[in-house]
Amino acid sequence: MSAQPVSHSVSSPASGGSSLLPFVVLAACLIIGPSLIYPVFLMKALCFAMFACAFNILLGFTGLLSFGHAAFLGMASYSSAHAAKVWGLTPELAIAFGTLVAMALGTVIGMLTIRSRGIYFANITLAFAQMVFFFCLQAKFTGGEDGIQSVPRGSLFGLISLKSDMAMYVFVAVVFFITFLMIYRIIHSPFGQVLRAVRENEARAISLGYKVEQYKLAAFILSATLTGLAGSIKALVFQLASLTDVTWQMSGEVVLMTLLGGVGTIFGPAVGAFVIVSMENYLAELGSWVLVVQGAIFVLCVMTFRRGIVGTANYYWNKRQQG
Amino acid sequence: MTLIKKLAVATAFMTAMAAPAFAQYSGPPIKLGVLSDMSGLYADLSGPGSVIAAKLAIEDFGAAAKGMKVDVIGGDHQNKADVGASIARQWYDQDGVDVILDVPNSAVALAVSDITKEKNKIFLNSGAATSDLTGPKCTPNTIHWAYDTWMLANGTGKALVKQGGDSWFFLTADYAFGYALERDTMEVVKKEGGKVVGNVRVPLNNQDFSSFLLQAQASKAKVIGLANAGGDTTNSIKGAAEFGITQAGQKLAGLLVDVNDVHGLGLQVAQGLTFTDAWYWDLNDDTRKFAARFSALNGGKYPGKIHAGVYSSVIHYLKAVEAVKSKADGAAVEKKMKELPTDDTVFGKGEVRQDGRKTHPVYLVEVKKPSESKKPWDYYKILTTIPANEAFRPLKEGNCPLVN
Repeated sequence: MSAQPVSHSVSSPASGGSSLLPFVVLAACLIIGPSLIYPVFLMKALCFAMFACAFNILLGFTGLLSFGHAAFLGMASYSSAHAAKVWGLTPELAIAFGTLVAMALGTVIGMLTIRSRGIYFANITLAFAQMVFFFCLQAKFTGGEDGIQSVPRGSLFGLISLKSDMAMYVFVAVVFFITFLMIYRIIHSPFGQVLRAVRENEARAISLGYKVEQYKLAAFILSATLTGLAGSIKALVFQLASLTDVTWQMSGEVVLMTLLGGVGTIFGPAVGAFVIVSMENYLAELGSWVLVVQGAIFVLCVMTFRRGIVGTANYYWNKRQQG
Repeated sequence: MTLIKKLAVATAFMTAMAAPAFAQYSGPPIKLGVLSDMSGLYADLSGPGSVIAAKLAIEDFGAAAKGMKVDVIGGDHQNKADVGASIARQWYDQDGVDVILDVPNSAVALAVSDITKEKNKIFLNSGAATSDLTGPKCTPNTIHWAYDTWMLANGTGKALVKQGGDSWFFLTADYAFGYALERDTMEVVKKEGGKVVGNVRVPLNNQDFSSFLLQAQASKAKVIGLANAGGDTTNSIKGAAEFGITQAGQKLAGLLVDVNDVHGLGLQVAQGLTFTDAWYWDLNDDTRKFAARFSALNGGKYPGKIHAGVYSSVIHYLKAVEAVKSKADGAAVEKKMKELPTDDTVFGKGEVRQDGRKTHPVYLVEVKKPSESKKPWDYYKILTTIPANEAFRPLKEGNCPLVN
C-alpha cells in the first residue's frame, strides 16, 4: 500500500494555491453536468462516488482493506427507506437516521475488527457483512427479495419538494460537494496526517506515542458513516432499497472503483466510480460482456497503471513539473 | 453468425416495408424495451430470448405491412433493482420507450411497475413471479402475463392432492419468498383435504441438501414440496435423484421450475418431477411452429413460458394501440388491452382482468423418463390442464385497489 508520489503531491504546502483549481472544476462539472447527462444517472454516479471516497479514507489513507463496506451502505439504505416510507420522516431526517445507523454499526464492527490486520481484517469484515446480509434477507421490515419499494422522496425540511429529478439532483450534488470538501479537510488535518503515518509505518507511529488503534477505529467509523450517507441518499434517489446494496459483490465493486481511480488520491475514487457506473449503464446492452470488459479493464489497470487513473495522471504531472 | 445475419435481414426487410400505407395507427414509431437479465441466472429463461420473442411478435402482427414502425431494444438489469430502475427511467425519459417487457426478478419488477405508473407508460411483465403485482401493488399501467406465485402454488398443490398426493413435506428456502410459496401451497393442500406432515427451513444458496432430503424421506410424506427457486431447486432435485427418492415412490413437487431448468438438469436427474407450468412448446401445431422459429434464432434453445408471454403480450399491445390509434396515454392503451379479448397463436384465447392479471389455462406436468422422450426438448407429460378461471387467484382475493 505505498502511494508515496501521491501523498507527496497532496501534502506539499506549496501547492496550496493550485489545489483550489480541481475543486472549482468539480463544482463546474456538477453545475453543467445535468444539462449534458441524464440526471438520474448522475445522481447514481454521485452516490457511488461518495461511497468510494468514504471507502478510500480507510483503504487509501489508513491502509486498511475492508471487504465488508456493503453492510454499511445497505443497512443505511434500508434504514432511511424505512424511515421515509413507514415513519413518514422528511428526507433530511431519514438520511440522518440512515447515516446514524451506519455509524452505530460501524462502531460495533470497527471495535471488533480493528485489532486484526491485512487479510484477516478483510476476512472478518467480510464475515460481518455476510451476517448483515442474512439479517437483511430475513428481517421483516426489509421485505426480503422484494426490498422496500416506492419510498417517497418527500419534501426537504417539509418545504422543498424533491419529486422532480432536477430538485433531487441539486440536493445530491450539494451534499456530495460538502462531503467531498469534508473528506479533503479531514485528510489534510493533523488527524489525517496521523492516519497516513499509521499507513506508512505503524510501529513508528506507536513509538511516537500515538494510540494507533483509536485512530484506526476513528477512521473506520468515519468511513462507515459517510458510506451510510451515500446509502441513505441512494435509497431516496431510486426510491427503493434492495438486497443488491448488502451483497458482497457490492463490497468488491467499491474496491474496484477505488483501485481503478487511484488509491489514496482525493479525486481517484470518484473518477473510478464514474467509470464503473458508466460501464454498467452504457454497456448494459452488451449483456454478459459488461463483466468481461470490467474484468479486462481491472487486469489492465493492475498490469500497466497500478496507481489508477488519477494516480497515474498525478505522477506524470509531478514528473513534468520537476523535470 | 447465422443468427445475426437472419436478424439483420429481418430488420432490413422490416425497415424497407415501413413505408407509410393506409394504416389505422399513423403516430410516431413505437419502441419496446426488453429489460431482462441478459447474463445471470435468468438469462436462459428470459434474457436474449425475450428480445427474439418480441421481434417475432412484431413480425407476426404484420406491423411493417400496416405501416407501424416498431423497434425493440434490450437492456440488462443484472438482477439489481437500482440498475433496473435507472435503465427504466432513462428509457422512458430519454429514449422514448413506450413499453417495458419481461423483467425477471421481483424486486426489479416492482420498482419498474412504480416508475411506469409515474410516467404513464406500460409495463408488460412476464418474467417476475410475485403475485403482488396484481395484488396490493397493482397499478393501471401494469399487466402480468404468463405466471405468478399464486398460480404455481395453487396449481401444483391442488392438482397433486386430487391425484392422491395428500401428505406433504416442505423444503423451504429460508427467506420471504420461500415462506410465501410454502404458505400459499400449504393453504391449498389443507383446503383440498391433504395434510402437511412437516417442513424444514433450508438456508439460501445451499449446496448440500442431503440431511434435509433424508428428513423428507423419513417423514414418509407422499409429496415433497420444494419451496425454493433457481440454484436451490436444481440442487435439491439433484440430491433427490442421488437418494433415489422419486424412484422409491415419493413425488417431488417443484414450485418454480422452467423448461430450461429441466433441460439443464437432464431427464436422468429430473425425471418424475411434478410442477405447474404456464405454457409448453409441444401443445399444438401453432406452438410447435413458434418453437421451431424461435429455436432457430436462439441457438437451438426452445422457448419457455416467459418467452411465450413476451410474444403474446407484444401482439396484444400492438392490437390495442391500433384500436386506440395512439400510444401516448399508457393507461388508456392498457384500458383497451383489458377490454379486448386476447388471442394469439401461442397462448390461444384469454383475457386481461381488471387487476392486470392475464388469464389462460395452465398445466400440471411431470418430467418424462429418458426412455419416454422421443425428440429434442420432449420433456413434459401433461397430467392435467387447469382451466383459466381456476388457475389464477380470484379477482376479489388479491386486495388490488383497482377492483371494487
